Amino acid sequence: MGNTQIEFRNVSFRYQEDMPWVLKDVSFTIYNNEWVAMIGHNGSGKSTIAKLMNGLLFPQEGEILVDGQPVTASTVWDIRRKVGMVFQNPDNQFVGTTVRDDVAFGMENHGMARDLMLERITESLEAVGMNGYERHEPHRLSGGQKQRVAIASVLAVSPQYIILDEATAMLDPKGRKEIMETIREVQSARDLSLITITHDLLEVTQADRVIVMNKGEIWMEGTPRELFAKKEQLIEIGLDTPFVSKLADELKDAGLPLTREPLNHQELLEELWTFHSTR
Amino acid sequence: MDISFDKVSYTYQPNTPFEHRALDEVSFRINSGSYVAVIGHTGSGKSTLIQHLNGLLQPTSGEVKVGEYHLKANEKNKQLRKLREQVGVVFQYPEHQLFEETVAKDIAFGPQNFGVPQEEIHRRTREAVKATQIHEDLLERSPFDLSGGQMRRVAISGVLAMNPQVLVLDEPTAGLDPNGQKEIMDMFHRLHKDKQLTTILVTHSMEDALAYADHIVILNQGKVYMESAPLEIFKQQQALEDVQLDVPEVIQFVTKVRDQLGVELEYTGQSIAELAKELTRIVKGDRVYE
Repeated sequence: MGNTQIEFRNVSFRYQEDMPWVLKDVSFTIYNNEWVAMIGHNGSGKSTIAKLMNGLLFPQEGEILVDGQPVTASTVWDIRRKVGMVFQNPDNQFVGTTVRDDVAFGMENHGMARDLMLERITESLEAVGMNGYERHEPHRLSGGQKQRVAIASVLAVSPQYIILDEATAMLDPKGRKEIMETIREVQSARDLSLITITHDLLEVTQADRVIVMNKGEIWMEGTPRELFAKKEQLIEIGLDTPFVSKLADELKDAGLPLTREPLNHQELLEELWTFHSTR
Repeated sequence: MDISFDKVSYTYQPNTPFEHRALDEVSFRINSGSYVAVIGHTGSGKSTLIQHLNGLLQPTSGEVKVGEYHLKANEKNKQLRKLREQVGVVFQYPEHQLFEETVAKDIAFGPQNFGVPQEEIHRRTREAVKATQIHEDLLERSPFDLSGGQMRRVAISGVLAMNPQVLVLDEPTAGLDPNGQKEIMDMFHRLHKDKQLTTILVTHSMEDALAYADHIVILNQGKVYMESAPLEIFKQQQALEDVQLDVPEVIQFVTKVRDQLGVELEYTGQSIAELAKELTRIVKGDRVYE
C-alpha cells in the first residue's frame, strides 16, 4: 500500500501571534484502515487538529503529511479529496435543495464526470441507508438522517480518511445510534480510516485506538482498554470513565479479582459468570 | 410554583397546508419544588411544551397554569411580564445569545429590563457568578473572549440574576465535556435545593433523569406517553423500547445480570459501590461454605 497515513510532525498552532498556543509540539500517526477516537476536555485542541488535517488551518510550526504529501495551500485540494469531514451541526452543512444535489456538490467541486457522479450518489446513499431519499429536501430530514446524508456526501468523493468532529453531539439517542451503526458498517465495508472526535465514552470503547488531548498536548495514545484503566488520571484532566469501568473498579475494591479491564457489558458479565460458576 | 397543563394542544400554522399539531391534549401536574425531567425524541413536542411555561406560546386549546398565572387559548394574559420574571428559561446553547460588551452587563441585562434597582442587580450578579463559578475578575471582560464553557456559565448567570422561582433547562449540557456536564448539573441541583426552585429539565440523557429528577414525563408525538417516578418509569423497559428510548445503563446491566446469571438482583437506586458489594456477595455466595 506504500505511504497511506496521516502524520503530524511536531505540530504547534495558535490562532493569533499574541494568543496562547492551542497545540504544542503534537506528533502522531493515523494508519491505514483504523478507527481512532480523539477525546479531551473542551478547548484541548481536538477540533483544531481536525481542521489542520484537511487544510482549513495551517500550523506555524511542524508539518502535516497526508500519504507523504505535505498539507499546504497548494496541495489543499488534493488533500481534501482524501480527507473528508463531517461537522457537529447537521443544519450548517447543506447547500443543495435536494439530497441528491447535496451529495453531488462535493463531487462537482472536484470536477468529476457526470456518469461517475450518478453512480457514486446511488452507492454512497446506499452505504448510509438513505437510498430512496434522493429527491427529499435536506432540511426536512431528522437530525440523524441529515448527518447520514452528510456522511454520504463525504463518501461520494471516496476519501481515504473521514473525520467526524462531534458529529453525533447534537443528535437525540435515536439519531446517535443511527450514525454509529452507519459508521461501523462503512468502516468495515470500505478501505478507509476514521477519526472520530467525541465526548461520548461508549463511542470511544468501539474504536481501535484512542488519542487523548489535554491542554494542547497529547496526554495518551493507546487502546480503549489501556485508557479506561487510568480512571483517576482521566478524571483529573476533566474526563470520565464508562459505567462498566467504574463498576469493575468497585468490584475489585469489594474483593473480586477481575482478570482484565472489561470494556462492555458482555465482557464484565463473562467475568462475573466465571466467579459464579466456579465453586 | 405549582404548574399544570390541562388538555393543552398547540398547532403550528393552523389552516394552512403546513398545519402541524405539536401538542395533543397534554395534561400533567408539577408540584411546587419538584424536579421534573421531560424526555422525548426530536419532534415529540418538548420545545413547544416549554415555550408555554413562560408564555412564549399560547395554547391553541386547553389551559396552562403556572402558579397564579393562567394561559388560555385566545385570551390575552396581561401578566406575561410578571410570569417571565419568575420563570427563567435556559435555552439550548444559551451562549449564542450573549451580546453585551462585558460579562457584568450581559448578566445585568435581564433584571435591568424588569426595572430592578442597580444595587440589587450588583448583589444578584455577585450571587449568580458565585453559583456558576465564574471568577469575579471576568466580570469586566468581553464575554466573547471566554471559552465555550465559561460563556455558557455567563449565559446561565444572566437567567439566575432574574431570581426565578421556576427554572426551565433545555439540554443545558449539550456540547460540554463530561466534567463540565457534571459540574453544571450539580450546580443546578444545588440551586434547586437551596432556593427551593421548581425545575424542569428537558434532556435526552436517561442517566441525568435518573440522577436528578424526582418525576419524569415522557412525550411521544405530542402526547404524554408515560409519567411517573424515575424508578417506576425505568421498570417498563419494553414500553420505552417501543418508542426507541433506552433505560439508564446501570439498569440495563442489572437486568442482564439477572437474566444471564439467573440471580436475584433489583435496581433500587444503589450507588455503583453498593451495587459492586451486592454483586460480589452474589457471585461469591457459594464459597462461604468451602
